[in-house]
Amino acid sequence: MPIRSLFIANRGEIAVRIIRAARALGIETIQAHSEADADMLAVRLADRAVCIGPAKAADSYLNIPAVVAAARKAGADAVHPGYGFLAESADFARAVRAAGMAFVGPAAEIIDAMGDKVAARSAAILAGVPVVPGSDGRLDDIERAVEVAAQVGYPVMIKAAAGGGGRGIRVAETEADLRRLAPQARAEAEAAFGDGGIYLERAVRSPRHIEVQILGDGTDAVHCHERECSLQRRRQKVWEEAGATCLSPETRAALCASAVALAKSVGYAGAGTLEYLYEEATDSFFFIEMNTRIQVEHPVTEMTTGIDLIEEMLRIAGGEPLRLRQQDIAATGHAIEVRINAEDPARQFLPFPGRVGALQIPEGDGLRFDHMLYEGYQIPPFYDSLLGKLIVHAPTRAEAIAKMAGALKCLKIDGVKTTIPLHLALAADPQVQAGRFHTQWLEPWLAGGGLTRHQEKEAV
Amino acid sequence: MKEIPSPLPGTFYHKPAPDQPPFKANGDAVAPDDTIGLVEVMKTFIEVKAEVAGSFAGYVAQDSSPVQAGDTLAKVE
Repeated sequence: MPIRSLFIANRGEIAVRIIRAARALGIETIQAHSEADADMLAVRLADRAVCIGPAKAADSYLNIPAVVAAARKAGADAVHPGYGFLAESADFARAVRAAGMAFVGPAAEIIDAMGDKVAARSAAILAGVPVVPGSDGRLDDIERAVEVAAQVGYPVMIKAAAGGGGRGIRVAETEADLRRLAPQARAEAEAAFGDGGIYLERAVRSPRHIEVQILGDGTDAVHCHERECSLQRRRQKVWEEAGATCLSPETRAALCASAVALAKSVGYAGAGTLEYLYEEATDSFFFIEMNTRIQVEHPVTEMTTGIDLIEEMLRIAGGEPLRLRQQDIAATGHAIEVRINAEDPARQFLPFPGRVGALQIPEGDGLRFDHMLYEGYQIPPFYDSLLGKLIVHAPTRAEAIAKMAGALKCLKIDGVKTTIPLHLALAADPQVQAGRFHTQWLEPWLAGGGLTRHQEKEAV
Repeated sequence: MKEIPSPLPGTFYHKPAPDQPPFKANGDAVAPDDTIGLVEVMKTFIEVKAEVAGSFAGYVAQDSSPVQAGDTLAKVE
């Protein structure tokens, strides 16, 4: 049954984005908000707004009974969870459906299965999708470790079975290394965790983060090509691109086909993203996890394919079969998105909530700014620092970077510190321009003064 | 009596973690470099330093409560 009235269980720029897509489909919008968000942009734009609880997210945006009760009371027939908060809560999806509303996302069972790393890995293996090869369990014997390493291929990472957070990880380049390092790793794990168990995993060197956007209707699935999001700080993406120019056409085709295979094998319904690590030196990709929701960086895919992913999500949740056939989904040109956060890059990215002063937003062909701002808006300190996303689309990657630099210079958000200076420095960096980076590139670049180097050059 | 203001808007916490005791109890010695609480701003935890010396005279802002920049968090004698 088509959705007539949509409850938006999120905030910020994604709530604004969902309202726009729903409105284009003639769907009534009901915006949830906390007490601290009563004057946010999405509340102003929505047809109706409902307060769901106090400022603290645990008592409002993360409070399943409160959100479901508010949506029911408002008479909504569907709930869009956005990203973050309850977007990947199987319990929330279940509660929404149990209350007689459509959940804009996949079945709770699929959220559960894909949210569990081990289950997701098994599902990927079943669908023939490559995963990071490893020992699939602990190894207590060096000879067995040598056998496994020979199968997995060097270099291998030696990890403590009881460890976490990257502690005690060693990399063995050869069998001799492994024979020397494994006993050390065991002794260290025994001392640190009281458990000398270790396991092995193929080391992915200088990994690039590549992901594939998919859409499914529970029976069929298509991909909307890939994105590269290797520029990350503290595991948060800061700059995202579509497509991934480091891939050959053959690798790109194999990668996207693998994503569709996994989506089909689990009967995926809705929009989802499969994340992979890509090792350039060996031209190999490995599935790491699936996100069963819309992602922050979805606009770069929309720019290159012309597909409105939120609209497709709403249609699928309303019971429509996929409208798009794979052969109709072409990616043209190159798109880049940068995240504009209320953070001060000059002070270790200290969050900087404040009151938005004069606002100047660049406009033009191939330019888009998805945001939550208006002049005079007081940014609340209780939620994450993402204010908006500046997106550009151009025929080539080089032109897209140049366009991004131009657009960043025109974007003015008075009253708050933002990450605009970081993105200006990245756009001007020769390594970024050459596409030579990986997931561990940005932090050393920042530590090495990449940002200040650029600003000093600009000042001369 | 000296007041310790919040350096940022956010949520103020008396404790380093929910299962731990508050940073300071009444009567504790306070040095300028001592942490007296945390302010959570946009999912980042910022340590609040006393900036003054003396004897801790109690929290003014409640644990886990929203505060504005400049709000008094605690007092020192």
